[in-house]
Formats: sequence, C-alpha cells, structure tokens
Amino acid sequence: MKLLPKAKHGMVSRKQSGEMPKLRLMGVYKAFGKKKVLNGVDLDVAKGETLVIIGGSGTGKSVTLKCILGLLQPDKGGIEFDGQNLADLTQAERDEVNSKIGMLFQSAALFDSLSVWENVAFSLLQNKTVSKAEAKRIAIQKLAQVGLNKDVAEVYPADLSGGMKKRVGLARAIATNPEVIFFDEPTTGLDPIMSDVINDLIVSTVKQLGATALTITHDMNSAKKIADKIAMLYEGKIIWVGTVKELEKTKNPYVRQFVAGSANGPIKMEVKV
Amino acid sequence: MKSEIRWQFVDKVGRVVLNFFAAAGRLGLFASETLIQCFHRPFYLKAFGAQLIEIGFYSLPVVALTTLFSGMVIALQTYTGFSSFSSEGPVAMVVLISVTRELAPVMAGLMVAGRIGASMAAELGTMRVTEQIDALTTLSTNPFRYLIVPRVLAGIVMLPILVLIGDIIGICGGYLIGIYKLEFNASTYLMNTWTYLQAMDIVSGMTKAAVFGFIITLLGCYNGFYSKGGAQGVGQATTNAVVSASILILIFNYILTEVFFAL
Ligand SMILES: Nc1ncnc2c1ncn2[C@@H]1O[C@H](COP(=O)(O)OP(=O)(O)OP(=O)(O)O)[C@@H](O)[C@H]1O
Ligand SMILES: [Mg+2]
Repeated sequence: MKLLPKAKHGMVSRKQSGEMPKLRLMGVYKAFGKKKVLNGVDLDVAKGETLVIIGGSGTGKSVTLKCILGLLQPDKGGIEFDGQNLADLTQAERDEVNSKIGMLFQSAALFDSLSVWENVAFSLLQNKTVSKAEAKRIAIQKLAQVGLNKDVAEVYPADLSGGMKKRVGLARAIATNPEVIFFDEPTTGLDPIMSDVINDLIVSTVKQLGATALTITHDMNSAKKIADKIAMLYEGKIIWVGTVKELEKTKNPYVRQFVAGSANGPIKMEVKV
Repeated sequence: MKSEIRWQFVDKVGRVVLNFFAAAGRLGLFASETLIQCFHRPFYLKAFGAQLIEIGFYSLPVVALTTLFSGMVIALQTYTGFSSFSSEGPVAMVVLISVTRELAPVMAGLMVAGRIGASMAAELGTMRVTEQIDALTTLSTNPFRYLIVPRVLAGIVMLPILVLIGDIIGICGGYLIGIYKLEFNASTYLMNTWTYLQAMDIVSGMTKAAVFGFIITLLGCYNGFYSKGGAQGVGQATTNAVVSASILILIFNYILTEVFFAL
C-alpha cells in the first residue's frame, strides 16, 4: 500500500503548490463484496479550507469519510493527514490523529446511555484534562452555540427530536476544538431557518478554530453558503472540483444536473416503475 | 444429474464447515483482543462497577430461586428414588455434592446467559447499528477497553460469587425438604452436611462459574459488536448470544468436570 505511485490524477486538476494539503486521498478504492463503492477517489483538502462533497444518495460519500477516520479499511490507495500516510501509523499515532478530528455522523450517533451534556463533553471527560464541572460548563456553552438551551443538557438523547440530535452531534464534534471537522449532512432533517443557523455556525466555528472542514451535503443552499470549494462524487470518483462561482458557470453536465436538481440528464437514477 | 446433486451437497457441507471455522477464528481473535486490552490503560472503573451491579446484584433473584428449587428437588429425588439412601446421611451428601459441583454453577450460568448475554448483545448491537461504536473510535476511545473489558471482567468476577450464594441457598433448599417434608433430624442432617463438605467441591464449582462468566459476557459482546442489519440483526445477535453461550456452558461444564474429578 505504501508503494502506491503518487496519485494518478485522473480528471481532477491539482495545484501542486508548495503548501502540503491537510488531507489528501490518493486513488482510494473500496468495495463491499461485489459492490464497488469507491473507484479511485483523489481529493486534496488544503489547511483551513472548507470543502463540500456533493453527490447522489448511495454514491459513497459517507464511506469516504469512514475510510479517512479508519472505521473502514480502503481496499487500495493512500490517505495522508498532515503528510503522514494513515496506513503507516501505529495505534497510538492513529488515536492521536483521531483526537484532532471531530465528526458529526449522519445519524448523529449519540450515546444513548449518557445525557446530552455528557455526550458533548465525552472527550473532555475521557481525557480528564478538565474537571467535571468545567466540562459541563463547556458542554453547555457548546450547546448554546448550536441553539440549544440549558434545559436540554440533562435530557437523554432518546427524548430529542431528530434535528435536536443533529445539533447535539454538532456540539460534540466541535467540543474539543478539533483541527479538522467532518460534517456528514449537517442540515438534513432541519427546518430551513435552523439549517441556515447551522450553516452560519459551521462557517463561524470553522473560521474561529481555523479548522479544516469536509462537509457532505445534498443541500445546495448549504453547500453554496459554507464551501470554499465543492467536489462532486459520481460513480466512485471525484468528477469535478471547483469554487462556488465555478459551480454556477460550469458546463459539466453531471454537475449542472445535480445543482439544478433535475431528473433529466446524464445521471440516471435506478428506479423501476 | 446425480453427480451434480452430490456436488451441490459437498458444496453446502463445505460452506458450513468453512463458516464454522471462520466464526471460531473471529471469536478467537475477539477474545485475544479483549484479553490484550485488559492490560491497557485507561481502565473504566465506573463502567466496571455498573456491570458488577448489573450482573451480580440484579441476577441474585433468579439464581436464588433456581438453586433453591434445584436443592429441594434433589433432596426429594434422592429420598424417593433410592429407598436405600433414605436417611439423613446420604440425602445430605447427595444434595451437597450435586448442588456445589453441578447444579449451582450450571443453573446460575444458564440463567445469567439468558439475562446478561441477551442484554449485552442487544445493547452493543444497537450501539453498532446506530454507529455509536464508530463514534467512540472517532472520540479517541477504544471500544474494546470502554465497552467490552468492563463487561467481561465483571462476568468473571461476579459469577463465582453468585454461585457461592447459590450453593448456600441450594443446600438450604435440601435442608428444608429434609426437615419439613422427610422429617429428618435437623441436627443430624446439618452434622452430615458439615462432615461431607469439601473445599474442592466448592472451589471447582466456583472455577466453573468463572469460566461460564467469561463465556457468557464474551459471546454477548461478540454477537452484539459484530451485529449488522438494523433491528433484525440485533434480534439475531441476541438469540445467537444466548444459544451459543448456553451450549458452550454445557460443553465446558463437562470438560471442567473431567479436569477436576476424573483425572
Ligand atoms: N458497512 C457496509 N457494508 C456494506 N455496504 C455498505 C456499507 N456501508 C455502505 N455500504 C454501501 O455503500 C454505498 C454507499 O454508502 P454511503 O453511506 O457512503 O452513501 P452516501 O453517499 O453517504 O449516501 P447518502 O447521501 O444517502 O447518505 C451504499 O450503496 C451502501 O449500501
Ligand atoms: Mg451518507
């Protein structure tokens, strides 16, 4: 795996400036049984940049994030974090990398045996870097940032609505001030106003922490609002990367169809009527 | 045609055998990972304490009831089944030996397998399918250390204690039947129980219990940890945990008896 040649670039142009990308995926392949999900994903995320991945349902966006997090093992290809190949790391180094990453799962994935504030403060409580009271104070502050008030802190996740769970998940992802944050569909299931609040929140926290963000979304409004760059995943490959401005002008038929949200175009949904 | 059917049969059998060894291998790896993580810090004391209470304290009623009635039925069977044994001495001895060596460990093991094995598989299975186990990893917490080690250690510690209590209650059950139904002399019965009491019987029963505790918690965790496919998968994991633990308990009960008494 280490001997992989440095990235076959495919259709994606890559600025080879001196700056090392925070995160680099080089020809990542992943299949489940016979089903090929990722077919050579190449992607660079620069330090401090917010990259949004768009793409149809089931194209492997969540799988891409899970490969980076080490929750799934790619079949082929390399993933670099700060220039280190993740496959070469020992378990302790891997933990170290993970502690620099915050993740909002698509399903929120809150621990239902813990109350909301214990969820948010989970890492703080585990690392014992701060006292319990201090951890709770930070948790309540992070909850306030995502628009949840103090009363929610003592509630258990089972008693929250879907959108509230998402926001708690968001608070948990940013609680440790990570260098890199992954958001898997942060606005799905939220009302339009709350979506916009979350978009603003993502923009402001990313800016405030100087973090690098990788966001998955179907929501084009959200993508346009938060993205420095947008990448489109289709049939297991990144077929297009560009800025929001470039997105509006692009002639790429796949991207245009996706942005317009039209059923007619080169992307065919497999629906049997 | 006929040979084709035969090949299909070979194919099926081969698959079953391969699946069996693959599962055994996975379970072996899971067990060794658990043992390795036992020696890594941090140790989650609070989770361990919670499991001690869950496995030990809350299993007491079922273990007490099953061992009580087992002791009672053994006293009755010995008396009615073997008329030549129908005096204080043999009845007390048979009750003592069968309860401490076999009944208390096996009954407690099977009861706890139903109670704890199932709940562990369901809890971890739900955590798996709702991505909570993945979330643990992303929060730099090793799921083996956080979830599995406390459960398995609590099982190994608590089962012998439950069995010790079960021993006492089972012998009491035999005593109650002996005194109130068979109208034996109370002090002679107790004297006989005391003379036949051997440390080896108690120790072997408790050792069995520790092994059963390991089997129950390991299989509960294993089936839950690797469950997939939503609610149905979790249900399947729960069933597998209880059935496989119960079978292994009976197999290991035989093996351990052989080790302790037949050699
Ligand atoms: N653990 C797994 N085992 C088997 N198949 C999987 C697994 N995880 C994902 N897949 C498959 O991989 C494909 C991509 O899944 P993924 O969750 O990445 O989609 P997605 O792009 O995030 O879609 P959505 O936008 O709907 O969340 C799906 O077809 C899914 O069935
Ligand atoms: Mg997804």
